[in-house]
Amino acid sequence: MSKTRVVVTGLGATTPLGGDVPTTWEALLAGKSGVRALTEEWALDASVQFAARVAVEPSEVMERVEMRRLDRSEQFALIAAREAWKDAGSPDVDKTRLGVVIASGIGGVITLLDQYDILRTKGARSVSPHTVPMLMPNGPSANVGLELQAKAGVHTPVSACASGAEAIGYAMEMIRTGRADIVVTGGVEAAIHALPMAGFASMKALSTRNDDPAKASRPYDKDRDGFVLGEGGGVIVIESLEHAQARGAKIYAELAGQGLTSDGYHIAAPDPEGAGVARAVEYALKDSGVALSEVVHLNAHATSTPAGDVAEANALGAALGADIAHVAVSATKSMTGHLLGGAGAIESIFCILALHHRMAPPTINIENLDEAVTLDVVRDTPRALPAGPIAAINDSFGFGGHNVVLIFKSFE
Amino acid sequence: MSVTQAEVLAGIKEIVVEVAGIDPTTIEMEKRFNEDLEVDSLSMVEVIVAAEEKFSVKIPDDEVTKMTTVADAVNFIVAASK
Repeated sequence: MSKTRVVVTGLGATTPLGGDVPTTWEALLAGKSGVRALTEEWALDASVQFAARVAVEPSEVMERVEMRRLDRSEQFALIAAREAWKDAGSPDVDKTRLGVVIASGIGGVITLLDQYDILRTKGARSVSPHTVPMLMPNGPSANVGLELQAKAGVHTPVSACASGAEAIGYAMEMIRTGRADIVVTGGVEAAIHALPMAGFASMKALSTRNDDPAKASRPYDKDRDGFVLGEGGGVIVIESLEHAQARGAKIYAELAGQGLTSDGYHIAAPDPEGAGVARAVEYALKDSGVALSEVVHLNAHATSTPAGDVAEANALGAALGADIAHVAVSATKSMTGHLLGGAGAIESIFCILALHHRMAPPTINIENLDEAVTLDVVRDTPRALPAGPIAAINDSFGFGGHNVVLIFKSFE
Repeated sequence: MSVTQAEVLAGIKEIVVEVAGIDPTTIEMEKRFNEDLEVDSLSMVEVIVAAEEKFSVKIPDDEVTKMTTVADAVNFIVAASK
């Protein structure tokens, strides 16, 4: 039986590059960095004093009363979902056929920490009654589900930095298996706070380039020294092709397939052989029915860590073989920072737009390309993609050894 | 320290505006928190904790469950602060 075709009909985001998708995409093509020095008191004597905060604070687009009941991650989810739903034409759909799958890697960690401070200083009675709905990792998904009255199922896969991609894959399966006609899906993260940053810094996972934050996220550069924590998120609307065409929706691209594997190697380090990643790419190609010759673009996970970027590059080389020569690789975390659970979602949006506009975004901050990286990296300025049927790969990996590969196709 | 009914009503209004973000002119003694003022059970906890702090009174949980209208809360606080 042939698989139900799934298409993308709406996009929404709030990122370090812009408060919506068009602004983000424009800044991405222009090669702008969203990384800045932090001005909070806790950051002043921290080992890492910079991050990629969202370009537009939620308070600029959201009512105060609504905000105070939502964790920052939930605010990002609603902002991105509202844009995506509107972009999809705010369709009047059967709510029992509408699903929501929005992930977060860490959940409402800022709420958890803030309320713990209140518990310690003011006592238990002063802890907000909204604490639990704000800190639960399914909160972003649940709030969007509530707003849209989605009744086909509201879900939250969690796989650290692969969460956003895993959510989109789960959403695709909801449509393929007939549970839903239309799903609002993506990932968000709001973890720029003293504790998560201290934890990542303690693992030596973060760049410490405090004297030049905008140059700190430099995937594939010889002098890369770790990732830059970002915040925000992306949400897309996907639906069965039949459903989209029946309502005359505009179609950005096709979500063609996914590949999921796990490493069984280490809780945080990537498998240097990259066998799990390579298998995930193979499975995704098989699942999508996309021919290797059609793959012309890849948005890499490439977080700017010394070990991770090379392990991924090796794995992609193994999986794509000689066909890697015609794949334009973009490492957009060089501009957005690493959105953890939001990364797979915004990078899927970048893949979708790359196919839609036939334009691969650049990678910035590569001053000396690491010789161990043999990929064809798009550097500094965008690169046009060919005409005809083309496909793009988005790969994401998470602490725990989670590998998620999504494949998008130009819609013909 | 005793307070007047008008003072407590004004204080409750401020708190409900902060918590529920509704027009203060719609907040009157006979209004019901849940049905009329968009103060659900979770937000009611916020209102009560804020009122306790503002008027230096203790409002036991079993009293809170009996507070349907603004008047219920105002009258309890006026009596408790005498």
